[in-house]
Amino acid sequence: MLGYVASRLLYALAVVFGVSVAVFFLIRIGGDPSALFLPPEASLEQIAEFRHSMGFDRPVIVQYFEFLVRAVQGDFGQSLRYQQPAMQLVLERMPATLQLSGTALLLSLLIAVPLAITAATRRGTIIDRTGLVVSLIGQSFPTFWLAIMLILIFSEKLHWLPPSGRNGWQTLVMPSIALAAYSTAIITRLLRSSMIEVLQSDYVRTARGKGLAEGKIVFQHALRNAAIPTLTVIGLQVGALLGGAVITEEIFAYPGIGRLAIQAIANRDFTVIQAFVLLMAVLIVGINLAVDLCYGLLDPRLRKS
Amino acid sequence: MLVFWKRFSRSKLAMSGLAIVLAVIVAALVGRFVVPYDPSAQNIMKRLQPPLALGKNGIHWLGTEALGRDIFSRLVVGAQVSLLVGVCSVFVSSLVGITLGIVAGYEDRYLGKVLMGITDVQLAIPFLVLALAVVAVLGPSLLNLILVLGLTNWVQYARVVRAEVLVLRDREYVQAAKALGATTPRILVKHLLPNVMSSVIVISSLLVAKMILFESSLSFLGLGVPPSTPTWGAMIAEGRNYIANAWWVAALPGMAIFLTVVGINLVGDRLRDMLDPRLKQLEN
Repeated sequence: MLGYVASRLLYALAVVFGVSVAVFFLIRIGGDPSALFLPPEASLEQIAEFRHSMGFDRPVIVQYFEFLVRAVQGDFGQSLRYQQPAMQLVLERMPATLQLSGTALLLSLLIAVPLAITAATRRGTIIDRTGLVVSLIGQSFPTFWLAIMLILIFSEKLHWLPPSGRNGWQTLVMPSIALAAYSTAIITRLLRSSMIEVLQSDYVRTARGKGLAEGKIVFQHALRNAAIPTLTVIGLQVGALLGGAVITEEIFAYPGIGRLAIQAIANRDFTVIQAFVLLMAVLIVGINLAVDLCYGLLDPRLRKS
Repeated sequence: MLVFWKRFSRSKLAMSGLAIVLAVIVAALVGRFVVPYDPSAQNIMKRLQPPLALGKNGIHWLGTEALGRDIFSRLVVGAQVSLLVGVCSVFVSSLVGITLGIVAGYEDRYLGKVLMGITDVQLAIPFLVLALAVVAVLGPSLLNLILVLGLTNWVQYARVVRAEVLVLRDREYVQAAKALGATTPRILVKHLLPNVMSSVIVISSLLVAKMILFESSLSFLGLGVPPSTPTWGAMIAEGRNYIANAWWVAALPGMAIFLTVVGINLVGDRLRDMLDPRLKQLEN
């Protein structure tokens, strides 16, 4: 098990290293990045001075290693707009985004898991069809449109929920629903298919043959095996939720890192964008690593191999 | 082909999906010439008119927006951008993904591992964040949008094609071609590519729907095509400011996106059921 953990950890570090390369070159894909940081009316002297102060006049490989050394220490430079360390700005907004994404994930699981299990065990019934419709609709809505429609119905018309901000659980309801819709659809669909596949396998037939109760078959035998592919998708959905938070937070004026990222992009505040992308990537890689390790817990064969 | 069509048309849901998709394609191709109003023509006296309001060229079927422009005409013309971006970006994705997947699957020593590493790096960066940052650096334009969407969504192709080629490369017909002296490019293109095409078709059909959603998201945030071209995402963004007293301005473009994506997903699902025997067996 220790070897398995070590190999996954090393791989995760390699992926983060790869992301650091991507993040570094992100602002260089359009050529000299000085133009992105300076106003269009900047003089040649100002540009030269800025290039020197930022190290843009050095060889790219030297620039990358300097960036890497600073990034490891959490130093992404000052935000051009807020005049504060970029990483500090991102970290300050992180708890709000984690709260929103976490609530959305919980909501997705609370709807998707029972729906998928019921749909798979009662194929062809109204519940099964509801599951299919939910998954089709959920993955076809544009998230931002769903968010606006929720505001229209629950804030503008019914006055049940506040349309924006972060002040108590009420402000978390609509953003969580908007964010959870797509993940709910994907998880329902995949878990249903996995359950159907597992429920047709020989060991489930054997369990039925020896007279085990249906509940025990579904929850102890089928769900545990169907959970493995679903867990992979849940890991990927965490990334989608964090990414989706960008738009959701913008619409609900929710003060998380997604909104900060949109503002940073609008203001061309690239130090903040770099800090944001790298932190997101570390978070996603960390979650996928945890998912990988959970495989070992769910399937002892993986631990041994 | 006839057998394929007969099997496809057995599903009523897939046929409804196909009808929606065809309607959107027709709107995108000829809509500009048949719409009742110029989609850019402003008429401030007729701003925020509800659906079925009377205008100078007849009825505004879906009402007007904040500058008095006809929503129906703008929706029909907006279909062009959505479909163009959806199809072209999927073409770019498939070109990159298939090439990398097929080569990595056939020459599976280091390239395969490197490719899997790159896909994991790409999956670690939320797509929307990456796309937003790239468009912010390069500037918003139709070409940049297609390239950004295309070059950030090839992972699925690469993974699926590589996995299939890993199995196919040991088949007898591939070994026979090799023994007869066929070059590697010939084996890849003539023998392996046709055998992965069914998966490619399925992925492409479902990815077009995703791309339309992504395009509308970027347009909504003002990072899509320039504002002079009507797009569904940008129409929702404009309508958002009038949601309290003119709901239709934001709601109707959203319905257009939703219906289009549902239509494409229904067709894609049916193609997957037909072309992926494992899934088909499960569903039966």
